[in-house]
Amino acid sequence: MRGLTKTYPAVRGRRGVPATPAVTATDEVRLDIRRGEIFGLLGPNGAGKTTLVRQLTGLMRPDRGSVEILGHDIVRHPERAARILAYLGQESSALDELTVSLAAETTGRLRGLEARQARDERDAVLDELGLTPIAGRPIKKLSGGQRRLACFASALVGERPLLVLDEPTTAMDPVARRAVWGAVDRRRAERGTTVLLVTHNVIEAETVLDRVAVLDQGRVIACDTPTGLKEQVAGDVRVDLVWREAAPLHVPEVAALRDRVVESGRRWTLRLAPDEARAVVATVTGGAAFAALDDFTLTTPSLEDVYLALGGAAQQGLVKA
Amino acid sequence: MSVVPAEVLPGSALAVEETVRGEAELGPRARLWPSLVAVYRAQLSRARVARIPLLFVATFQSVGIMILMRGVVDGGGEAQSVVAGSSVLVVAFVALNLLAQYFGQLRASGGLDHYATLPVPPAAVVLGAAGAYASFTVPGTVVTAVFGCVLFGLPLAHLWVLIAVIPLAGAALAGLGAAFGLLAPRPELATVLGQLGMSAALLLGVLPADRMPEPVRFLRDLLPSTYGVEAFARTFEPHPDWAFVLGDLAVCAGVGVVSLAVATWAYRRAAVR
Repeated sequence: MRGLTKTYPAVRGRRGVPATPAVTATDEVRLDIRRGEIFGLLGPNGAGKTTLVRQLTGLMRPDRGSVEILGHDIVRHPERAARILAYLGQESSALDELTVSLAAETTGRLRGLEARQARDERDAVLDELGLTPIAGRPIKKLSGGQRRLACFASALVGERPLLVLDEPTTAMDPVARRAVWGAVDRRRAERGTTVLLVTHNVIEAETVLDRVAVLDQGRVIACDTPTGLKEQVAGDVRVDLVWREAAPLHVPEVAALRDRVVESGRRWTLRLAPDEARAVVATVTGGAAFAALDDFTLTTPSLEDVYLALGGAAQQGLVKA
Repeated sequence: MSVVPAEVLPGSALAVEETVRGEAELGPRARLWPSLVAVYRAQLSRARVARIPLLFVATFQSVGIMILMRGVVDGGGEAQSVVAGSSVLVVAFVALNLLAQYFGQLRASGGLDHYATLPVPPAAVVLGAAGAYASFTVPGTVVTAVFGCVLFGLPLAHLWVLIAVIPLAGAALAGLGAAFGLLAPRPELATVLGQLGMSAALLLGVLPADRMPEPVRFLRDLLPSTYGVEAFARTFEPHPDWAFVLGDLAVCAGVGVVSLAVATWAYRRAAVR
């Protein structure tokens, strides 16, 4: 897949509250995803990730632009999307009242598998993901993570060369997460499956993605490997200072930092060049400021820092707690 | 934390990129019948999880109405329409009201995306769900009909006509229910439409038509469930006029075809926004 060239469109007007102007959910987005790649879309809530994915899966027509998946024009033939990709959305209401096993089997049937084949694939996938023991239980009655895993299983029945996964591991425990990434890796190694992953979770993004596009207010503000992105801000170090009660603003060095920090209760977060960081740490760990200091940490940049450094909208970070 | 860029992975993306230019093979399309059966089966299984209490409600409601009407109606033609109306009311409750609510909620919650991203014909989804909801009505309708016949002393001989009445009235009402659910801009509105449809079926179907004023009788004629009621009621006569029964059932079938076609169109519209 020299694949998804999406030049994506402005003016996806949505009716909101009166007197709100139309929202441009995706604005001239252009991405190329390579075959066999795990590609991530990262961004805060409302960045346009889901809109982008809906356009890609043929669920929503872009106002302008084109989508090409494995040589097929999805804007002109949206119905072909369903025959090339499997989509795991955030909603499971269509499957909620089915048992895990029937959800997977039915989805396989609706992907055009013969009855026998659908049953075989269902069994294989449930086994692979460790869902066999709960195969007979209604998805509704499962915990959030298990429910998600069951829906993921449904997405895998009936092989597709492209998997579009919208926050697949939300609410999952580490065992389930590992099952998901294991299954994804196997498909990629054996069949060259391409994965487009929408995520909020920066840590997961760093570990599983080959490349990541950071989306903000409908625009791609960066697109590179996680390492490549981190190099963009490699010079910076993050310093977190936690004060016992309040920051000792009577200390001139501390007061001088005040307009550069992101303050959150007792915690101050600073992004500094290494030299500056060393100076700050020296200041707060010696002298008058030390008495007020509870804890401090120095960290090398993460994708979250990259996002903030790139000017992500609200300066709020990406991880939902 | 280590991250492997795509370029260095085994079976590298770049290598593949050079070779693959043409269109990839498309996955198979799901054919109408197999996918319809799959949807039907899945929907039917939901009864075990979700719908049982409401099926009881539907039956109790109809049985309750008949017991109430027992004090008002003195047998004869009126008793026939009460029993027929109460039986068809079960169909209206489940196929029209509950299906409208189901599709309304599915649409509002984004559940339709699941079907819309599968290569399944829209008609399979709508017909499968409508068929399942029509099937849900079978036990309640039969119980109501038998109970009513016993209560009002009507003959049980022609109850077999339910074999035709339930699917045809079911098709007409489920089609309407699905169309309401898929067309209503908000799920609350779908619920209201479903409830109104059911109330209309209750008032206009169960109450004897002779006592209604002309405009109400006109409304009654517009309601597809009326024809199911009439067809069923006619069979309680000692010598039913089968031509009229067939005629009424044909109306149900016609409405069913049209409303299911509308619902399919509405599904297509709701699925891709």
